[in-house]
Amino acid sequence: MTQPEVTQNLPSTLLSVDNINLRFGGVYALKDVSFDVKEGEIRSIIGPNGAGKSSMLNCINGVYTPSSGSITFKGHTFDHTGPRVMAQLGIARTFQNLALFKGMTVLENLMTGRNQKIKSNLFLQAIRVGAALSEEIAHRQVVEEIIDFLEIQAYRKSLVHQLPYGLQKRVDLGRALAMEPDLLLLDEPMAGMNMEEKQDMCRFILDIRENYGATIVLIEHDMGVVMDISDRVVVLDYGRKIGDGLPSEVRKNEDVIRAYLGNS
Amino acid sequence: MSNTFPSLLLSHASSRGQATALREKDYGIWKSYSWTDVVNLSSKIAAGLHCQGIQKGEQLIIVGNNRPRLYACLLAAQSLGVIPVPLYSDAVSAEYLFPIQNASVRFCIAEDQEQVDKLLDLEVSYSGLKHIYFDDPRGLGNYHNEKVCSLDSLIFSGDSFLQTQPDFFQSSIASLNAQDTAAIFYTSGTTGVPKGVVHTHQSLIDRAKAGQTFDRLSEKEEVLAYLPLAWIGQNIFSYAQWLVCGYTVNCPESSETISIDMREIGPTYYFAPPRIFESMLTSITIKMEDANALKRKLYSYFIHFAARVGQSIMNAQPVSLKDRLIYGIGDLCVYGPLRNILGLSRVRVAYTAGEAIGPDLFNFFRSIGVNLKQLYGSTETAVFVCLQPDSQAKSDTVGIACAGVELQINEQGEVLVRSPGLFKEYYKNQEASTEVLDAEGWYHTRDAGFIDAQGHLKIIDRVKDVGRIGAGQFKGALFAPKYIENKLKFFPFVKEAVAFGDARQSVCCFINIDFEAVGNWAERRSLAYAGYTDLSQLEQVRELVLSCVEKVNFDLSQDTSLTGSQISRFLILPKELDADEGELTRTNKVRRNFIAEKYALLVHALYSELSEQFFETQVKFEDGQVGRVSALLKITDACLYPPQGRTTEITRTTASAQAS
Repeated sequence: MTQPEVTQNLPSTLLSVDNINLRFGGVYALKDVSFDVKEGEIRSIIGPNGAGKSSMLNCINGVYTPSSGSITFKGHTFDHTGPRVMAQLGIARTFQNLALFKGMTVLENLMTGRNQKIKSNLFLQAIRVGAALSEEIAHRQVVEEIIDFLEIQAYRKSLVHQLPYGLQKRVDLGRALAMEPDLLLLDEPMAGMNMEEKQDMCRFILDIRENYGATIVLIEHDMGVVMDISDRVVVLDYGRKIGDGLPSEVRKNEDVIRAYLGNS
Repeated sequence: MSNTFPSLLLSHASSRGQATALREKDYGIWKSYSWTDVVNLSSKIAAGLHCQGIQKGEQLIIVGNNRPRLYACLLAAQSLGVIPVPLYSDAVSAEYLFPIQNASVRFCIAEDQEQVDKLLDLEVSYSGLKHIYFDDPRGLGNYHNEKVCSLDSLIFSGDSFLQTQPDFFQSSIASLNAQDTAAIFYTSGTTGVPKGVVHTHQSLIDRAKAGQTFDRLSEKEEVLAYLPLAWIGQNIFSYAQWLVCGYTVNCPESSETISIDMREIGPTYYFAPPRIFESMLTSITIKMEDANALKRKLYSYFIHFAARVGQSIMNAQPVSLKDRLIYGIGDLCVYGPLRNILGLSRVRVAYTAGEAIGPDLFNFFRSIGVNLKQLYGSTETAVFVCLQPDSQAKSDTVGIACAGVELQINEQGEVLVRSPGLFKEYYKNQEASTEVLDAEGWYHTRDAGFIDAQGHLKIIDRVKDVGRIGAGQFKGALFAPKYIENKLKFFPFVKEAVAFGDARQSVCCFINIDFEAVGNWAERRSLAYAGYTDLSQLEQVRELVLSCVEKVNFDLSQDTSLTGSQISRFLILPKELDADEGELTRTNKVRRNFIAEKYALLVHALYSELSEQFFETQVKFEDGQVGRVSALLKITDACLYPPQGRTTEITRTTASAQAS
């Protein structure tokens, strides 16, 4: 792992992705993709299936190492990194297919989100004495505020696998929030939801920005949602960026229309 | 003298200031407010409101759920002689307009953003609302409306005012009078504008004390405050009696967590409408179906056993030592754990009221050791009119008149009440007040009822629905359709019933079977049927319904005043009554007159000597299509029991016998 080097960047840009290429064998998942994310904005990545959206998120939070190109986050530029480093720097994410501990309760799942911030050692935590106990209380307070924020008080002690899908999605979001991230990556947070659940989730996303001050990168298929809540949109198709700009601009972009509707 | 609510608060604070008055679950932890904390909070709010220029006698609207800070607002208002008016938090904005406009209200307390939005929506039709204070700031950060302020800011300004006048709160309370209006409660009013029921400190405190004495309530009770603040019952149980008895009121975390919070608190004094008990029983039944075979067997054995002896034990009747022993074992293995799961372990007194409760449901809870009782009262009577004593709980009465209450049944069968807990008047509605409050101080309840042999009041119907049998042996006897219909509906097989009998020689009824319950019943007996219409007309189903009807008849024969209401003939309708076709109201109450008109042919057949009648009607499906249902309906005669249930003289006349 290379040490992050500090470069000069405009303060308003939280994340910038420069000329990223990602190759699996001979297949390009991402081809020369560049875009930036400004502090406090909701930035959507859209595109048809297989466009490389999730791969892009995986590059940002260090799960995939790009074949070439660099990622600059809070002024630190990386050409390759790991998920732990990015998590420590303040990037959290949710997953398209959920990545919760299904046999654990909602509360326990959210507490895992605090893992990065726990200082006391494993032994002290196990016997819950002294500093470990007071630390747990402090972390529990943060988690309880998130439970209150997401309105899941009634499910605090429920096992995650017993909850309906829409609620599991909310718990997944809660676990990411528990990291108190500066940048939150949301991978299809509304997939499989009904209209009402989608509206709730939109409200939560907007409130997260307002209450927690987090910047949000969002992958979503529901165009109505994307156009409503995003500040700017990146469009990917077959690993290439084909559009970037305000929702109203992207909507009129010929390439984007073609990618979504096919050639006429 | 502690004769107003704020003075009761002060006396608790001075005698036992550190005792817990309120608890609220917040961020997953129960947080306590002592009586001293409540005094501090209320005095600051009162001072804050005073600084904003609120006047004595003015009304303060409070919209929200049970939250300690809203309770403090109630107390703060009362301490200034301001009249708190709690409104239903789930009502739509337009419903707030009348109470607010009618009293030219300037001040409102709202729980959260949702309520603030609803109050702000009123701006277009009423501009007099000047101050809205919110408790929970979430989502309100971006509101730049000079009317909207946080309760915190009010408390802060009140605090600084109290620095200069430390005895403001106490001296303000000292000037209150027990005859002052304590609060106004709006009743929904099915027709016309809602009515504001005005209660004084005296009327509410008197009734709270009557309930306290009746059930020997102490300051050790734990109460869960989960019903709407605007409802008089909630006000009595968690506000008036809270201040009178000095017990602890617990506010749940949210409306979804009530069952969890209830298990954590373990209330000792509990009130719930019948539907809540019903959902508890349903959840147990469903969970038991998933349990293993041993648990199912144990449950089934002990529940049946409890059904036999549990009531007698509860009612302090003699029970053999052996039965007591088995009940004890049952308590250890089944009843105790059940009560624990439901959060009823510590319940000493539980009440239900509001609507009729089925005997099976009522007896279930009593038989597993929950002291469930019924009471009778309304907003106008400050709840406590009749209460059931511990050992005399019955599912079909509402108890005996409690201390201070005089009861009278007038010639229409209407229940009249005179009690120190009666409301003063309807706010700004003299006409409505004189309609129900007569010159001698009797309150006309509009409920029809009678007092049974044990001195218990029995409510049978609304007066306007009660009729008289018009001819024959029981000419002039009471006919209470809803009472009969409810009795039938308590059977799981009967979904709806419509009784006819006013000005007729006997009572006849239509019955709707419950498709699911009867369907299951038929499947277990391998009876084949093609659909609802087919099932409803099966010979065996008719026999099943007949047995239900005859049980109802037997019950009715036990009451001299209702024995004439026994059902002589009935038929089973081939289709379900439906709100879409106007047969039911949106709240699923039968529209008797509409049905009588629509099914005039069938009503005629019931009162003729026909044993069957061909019937065809149009039905609307949910997708808007129209179809027809037709069937040859059998009319069945039920046996009638002689008064007092002397079963030896059963007279059963069959249709065929009559026809021949």
